[in-house]
This record gives sequence, C-alpha cells and structure tokens, in this order.
Amino acid sequence: MREFDYTRAETLSGAADQLGEDASVIAGGTNLLDLMKIQVMTPSRLVDITRIDGLSDICEDGEGLRIGALVTNSELAADPRVRDGWPLLSRAILAGASAQIRNKATTGGNLLQRTRCPYFYDTAMPCNKRNPGEGCSAKQGDGRMLAIFGTSEHCLAAHPSDMAVALAALKAEVEIRSAEGDARRIPIGELHKLPGDRPDIETVLAPDEIITAVYLPAPQADTKQVYKKVRDRASYAFALVSVGVAVAMDDDRIASVSCAIGGVAPKPWTDPELEKALVGQAPSDEVFGQAADKALTQARCQSDTEFKKPLLRRTLIAALREATGLAVSAPGVETARIPA
Amino acid sequence: MRTRFTVNGEPREVEHDTRATLLDILRDQLGLTGTKKGCDHGQCGACTVMVNGKRVNSCLCLAAMHEDDEMTTIEGLGSPEALSALQKAFVSQDGYQCGFCTPGQIVSATAMLEELRAGDPSYASASLEGEMALDDAEIAERMSGNLCRCSAYPLIREAIAMAAEVKS
Repeated sequence: MREFDYTRAETLSGAADQLGEDASVIAGGTNLLDLMKIQVMTPSRLVDITRIDGLSDICEDGEGLRIGALVTNSELAADPRVRDGWPLLSRAILAGASAQIRNKATTGGNLLQRTRCPYFYDTAMPCNKRNPGEGCSAKQGDGRMLAIFGTSEHCLAAHPSDMAVALAALKAEVEIRSAEGDARRIPIGELHKLPGDRPDIETVLAPDEIITAVYLPAPQADTKQVYKKVRDRASYAFALVSVGVAVAMDDDRIASVSCAIGGVAPKPWTDPELEKALVGQAPSDEVFGQAADKALTQARCQSDTEFKKPLLRRTLIAALREATGLAVSAPGVETARIPA
Repeated sequence: MRTRFTVNGEPREVEHDTRATLLDILRDQLGLTGTKKGCDHGQCGACTVMVNGKRVNSCLCLAAMHEDDEMTTIEGLGSPEALSALQKAFVSQDGYQCGFCTPGQIVSATAMLEELRAGDPSYASASLEGEMALDDAEIAERMSGNLCRCSAYPLIREAIAMAAEVKS
C-alpha cells in the first residue's frame, strides 16, 4: 500500500470538504483496501465516514424506505421490512460475496465498487479505466466475466454488484450530497455512466459528492419477485449473468414487469423494449424468448462472451417463468407484501 | 498514529502506521497469532475475527478505523483447558487436516450460529422467513467465506452441525 493521510470525519460537510481528486472516502473498505494493496488505487488521503451520525439507519419514508449509505449489506438483507416488501433486494444481496464481506460492505460502497475485470487488477497490463488512453487489454484477452451491453471500444468491463441489479429492478433512487450541503436524488439508472471514451469516469458523482442514502419506493403488493444468478461456483462468486425481476399479474396476463440484468454491462442493465414486449401478454416461453431476443439485439460479444447470449436468454426465461407463475415456485421466489 | 480498542475483553493501545491492517496489528504487535494471514485479500477467511460481535475479514480492516471497537479472536473463544463448543466439535469430528484455516473457520462458525439464532436468512434458505434448518446446504452457503485448502469441508460441516445441536 502507498502511504496516505487518514482522517476520521465527524460530519458530512467536514468529510466532503476534505475530498478532491486525490482523496477517497472509505466506509466498509472491502473493495478499496484490496485495490490499494495491489496499488490499482493510490489515494493520498482516506476520509473515514463511518462515524458520521445519521447514515446508518433504515427508516420508513412514506410507504417506502430510506436506507442510510452506511447500512451494511447484512443489515439490509436481514431487515424484516425489506424481506417483506422488497424480497428481491434481500435475495440479491445474499447472492453476493461472503458473510464476512457483507458484514462490512455498505450500501453506498456496494454501488461504487469497481469492476473485477482481470486487466483492471493487473497493473502490468494496459487498462483505460486505470490509465486513460493506455488501451484495453480485455479486447484481445481472456474475457469470461466481461460485459456484452453498453461497452465501448475503450472498455469491456462489467459492474459486479448484485445489490445494484435488485435496486434497478425496484426503481430505487440515490441521494447524493456535496461539500456545499446541497442534496440531490437521482434514479439508480442514472448513477453509473457507460464507458464511452472515458472508462475511468464511472459515475455522475463530482469529486466532493458523497452518496448518503438509497430510497426504495412503496412496495407493490403481490408482485412476485425473483433474483436468479448464474455463476461458476455455487457461492462467493460474481455473476456471469443475473436477472432481477418483479412481476404483477392481472388474471392470466402480465400487468406490469420490472427487470434488470447483472454481470453483462458496466451498470445494472435495463431495457424498456424487453419490458414492453411482456406487458399485456399471457405468459409463455415463446413470449419470454421473444422479449429476451429484443434485449439481445443490443449485445456486442467477443468470442469469450458469446456464451452469455444463450445463457442470458435461458436465465431470463427461467426467471420469468417463476415470476409469472408459469413454473412452480422454486426457493428464492417471493411475493412482496406491504409491511405491517 | 495511536488507536485504542478492546481485544478479547482487554483494553489495548497500539502505535501504528496508517496502513496497518487489523490483522497485522493482532499478529505482529499483540502476538495473537491464532488469526492467520492466508490470501490478505478477503478471499480465504483465515483472518476472520469478530468486531463488535460480527465476523469480518481482519485483512480488510484498517486498524485506524477501529477506535473503541471490541474484537474477539480465536484466543478469546476458549483455552486448551476450556474449549468452546465449536472447538470441541472440531476436535471430535476431525474438522481439519493441516489446521491453518481452522481458527478462521471456528471464529466464523461461532458468529454464524449467532446469525442463525437471530433468524438472518441466507441465499440457501428456502424462505426469507421462519425457521431455518441447519442442513448441509445452509452450512456450506453460510461458511462460503472460509476456504479449506485440504478440503476438509464434510468434516467441518459435521463439526458445526454437532456444535449447533449441543448449543440448542
């Protein structure tokens, strides 16, 4: 690890004041410290925000929830209100990392974690995300974990979060505060930027901005929610493909559907065409397959990621079968209820 | 810089570089070498300790961030004369070969049984609510943050199941 100054912030404005190009916020640190050890990240200052009051609670916000940025992944997944009203979120969090990591990793940090692209981690190889303009080694490289949507010629890295996929399917919002104390709220789909020609710029956050909370909108009663994750190991592995979906039925037709896809893009991937192809339809494998094919028209693969197209198609169909009741409910399919 | 915290019930004060991890402080400054350094990247779980009752990878903790926190290491769970229920079960079921991962396994399993008692679900739980049976699939999922290079997993799971029964 390179040397750095350590500051424990007492207040949000105090923390934001110390930020800048070369400083980094630290909370759970599970990703940041790992990257600092291998010198992929070399901040000259760490601003510890874990002792700031008011960021560690989950509280009711109208019919929805306000989740403080420092709430740990474990606390969030186990919260009885989340399990009742937004079971997709609990399932997605529990599908990620290990219990030790989830006890430390925070809600804000999970959203801001970096890609696990092997070339981003390997400082001996060119990487535009680490050193803009250097080139992208993934393009000719080994690429089982790479993205197939939203990439550019400069970067093929995928966002690794499971939690963010659930939050996108649940239409969450992210609260951001700046050094001036101004707060803004944006849909989670607007937090992450596609790489374009600047893959090093991953979010819309300014250097002096901090994520302070995530808002979940009111739960939709009786939506069936599914998180389906496909990976190389049964546990403690990142997604090759994952699907988070919430479906409401009106008799035997799909009344509404909200879907996000993980492991395949630089951000939780959503596609309005996919959802449009499903609403109003009677559920069938044919309808699901056609919807998946609509989404897949956007896919750009290299030989190593070609397998993700049929894998995603099958995963979408399997998730939709369970969420629409076409398949017998498997473990991991929950119906949302309005918390008492 | 100086940081004060409690380890296994004893107040400690350490002088350290800002870069020091909790793992390195425990081993090198406090002599608590039961906690092992395996991968040093949060992948293997050999460094698992409890911070304020929660299991974490001590290799991914900056000591500087733990002012006033309470740590429990393997040395705080039992002694050769008075083994904890899990330590006894690992001995009786032969839940190891080389033993390097064992302290992390036992600290992790100790915290895991508390999570189970609190009703926290896992990815392997059939439902997010209600009683969770501690079958092999549940133990394997809940312990996936602890690797065993000797692959003593079946006996580790047996030891944990045995200790869980003794406790309940």
